[in-house]
Amino acid sequence: MAIFSVYVVNKAGGLIYQLDSYAPRAEAEKTFSYPLDLLLKLHDERVLVAFGQRDGIRVGHAVLAINGMDVNGKYTADGKEVLEYLANPANYPVSIRFGRPRLTSNEKLMLASMFHSLFAIGSQLSPEQGSSGIEMLETDTFKLHCFQTLTGIKFVVLADPRQAGIDSLLRKIYEIYSDFALKNPFYSLEMPIRCELFDQNLKLALEVAEKAGTFGPGS
Amino acid sequence: MSRPAHRRPEYHKINKDLFVLTYGALVAQLCKDYEKDEDVNKYLDKMGYGIGTRLVEDFLARSCVGRCHSYSEITDIIAQVAFKMYLGITPSVICNNSSRNEFSLILDKNPLVEFVEELPAGRSSLCYCNLLCGIIRGALEMVHLAADVTFLQDRLKGDSVTEIGITFLKKLDEKKYRRKK
Repeated sequence: MAIFSVYVVNKAGGLIYQLDSYAPRAEAEKTFSYPLDLLLKLHDERVLVAFGQRDGIRVGHAVLAINGMDVNGKYTADGKEVLEYLANPANYPVSIRFGRPRLTSNEKLMLASMFHSLFAIGSQLSPEQGSSGIEMLETDTFKLHCFQTLTGIKFVVLADPRQAGIDSLLRKIYEIYSDFALKNPFYSLEMPIRCELFDQNLKLALEVAEKAGTFGPGS
Repeated sequence: MSRPAHRRPEYHKINKDLFVLTYGALVAQLCKDYEKDEDVNKYLDKMGYGIGTRLVEDFLARSCVGRCHSYSEITDIIAQVAFKMYLGITPSVICNNSSRNEFSLILDKNPLVEFVEELPAGRSSLCYCNLLCGIIRGALEMVHLAADVTFLQDRLKGDSVTEIGITFLKKLDEKKYRRKK
C-alpha cells in the first residue's frame, strides 16, 4: 500500500479525522524458552525491546501479542503485567510477536496539533507575503503532503516517496469532505467526522490514487 | 491506460420548480410561525448562515478559485462564479462607496421569486430571499471576512431592481480564531 495515512485537521489544530491504510508492518513472531535473551523495558505504557536485536526483531519494537493474544499496553490480555509474566520460567516456552508499535489515538491528536503549530510557524517564516504554508515534508521512508484550504482546514496525506498524484488526491479528498461530511445536516463543523459515506468514498479515492500513481512517473 | 477516477455526477439534475416550491414552502411556514417580519428575516438569515458555512467549502473545492487580494475581486467572484454555479444567474456588481468596501449585486433574474407576484398584505418588510444574504455572510465568514449583507432594494416590495448590498467590515484576524455560533 503506497498511501499510509490521511489526517484532517480543523482550524483550531484539532484532529477531526484519521485513517491508516498500510498493510501490517514487519512483524516477527517467535517461540522463546527461558531465559529470554532479549532485554525488554517498559516505556510509555508499552513493553519495548531495548537490546538483543536478532532475526527481524529490532530495538524499538514493541511486544504486540503473547501466545497469540494481543497485549494491552503493558498488561497481557489476562491482566497480568507482561514483564512479570516473562520473568516467570513456568510460563515458558512462550510465543511472542514483536513489531513496530502503532500510534495511539492520543498520540495522533498530539502530532496533529504539533503539525498545525509548525505549519503556522512555516507560514510566518516565509520571506514572501501570502505563503501557502508547508506543502511537503520529505524523509527517506515517506513523504507528508499537506493542503490547507482557504477556510483553514488542513488535509494531510502520508505516502510512499515514489507515489505520484498526491496533489490531485488532496483536492479529491477536499471534494469528498465538502460532499459527505459538510452536506450531512447532522454533522457539526469542526467536530470529529463520523460519517460512513465519507469513510467509504475516501477509501475508494485512495485505492484509485494508488493504482493511478503507480502508472505515472515516479516523483 | 488508467481508468477515469470514480466521480459522482457533478450536478444532479433535479427539477428547479421543486427547489423553488420548497423555498416558498419554507418562507410560508416561517410566516405562519412568526408574526413579525423582522423575526422571519432573522431566521431566514440564520438558516442561510448555516448553509453558507458549508456551501463555501463545496464552492472552493469545485471552482478552484485562488486567494483573492481585494474586496472587489471577491465580490466579482461571488457574482460571476458562485451565483452562476448555484443559481444559474450572473448579477452585476456595483461599487458603492469610495472607500471600496461597500458593494452591490444587482439581480435582474431571480429564480427563487419566479412565481411570487407581490408580498402579502401586512408583510411589507419581509425580505423573501433573505436566505441568500445569510448564505453570503456565512461563506465570507469562513474565509475570515466579516461582512454585512442585506437587501437594499427588492422588486417584490415595489422597487425597480433587486439589489443585495455587501459591506465588508474589518477583516477577521486569522490567528485568533474563535468558534462563532
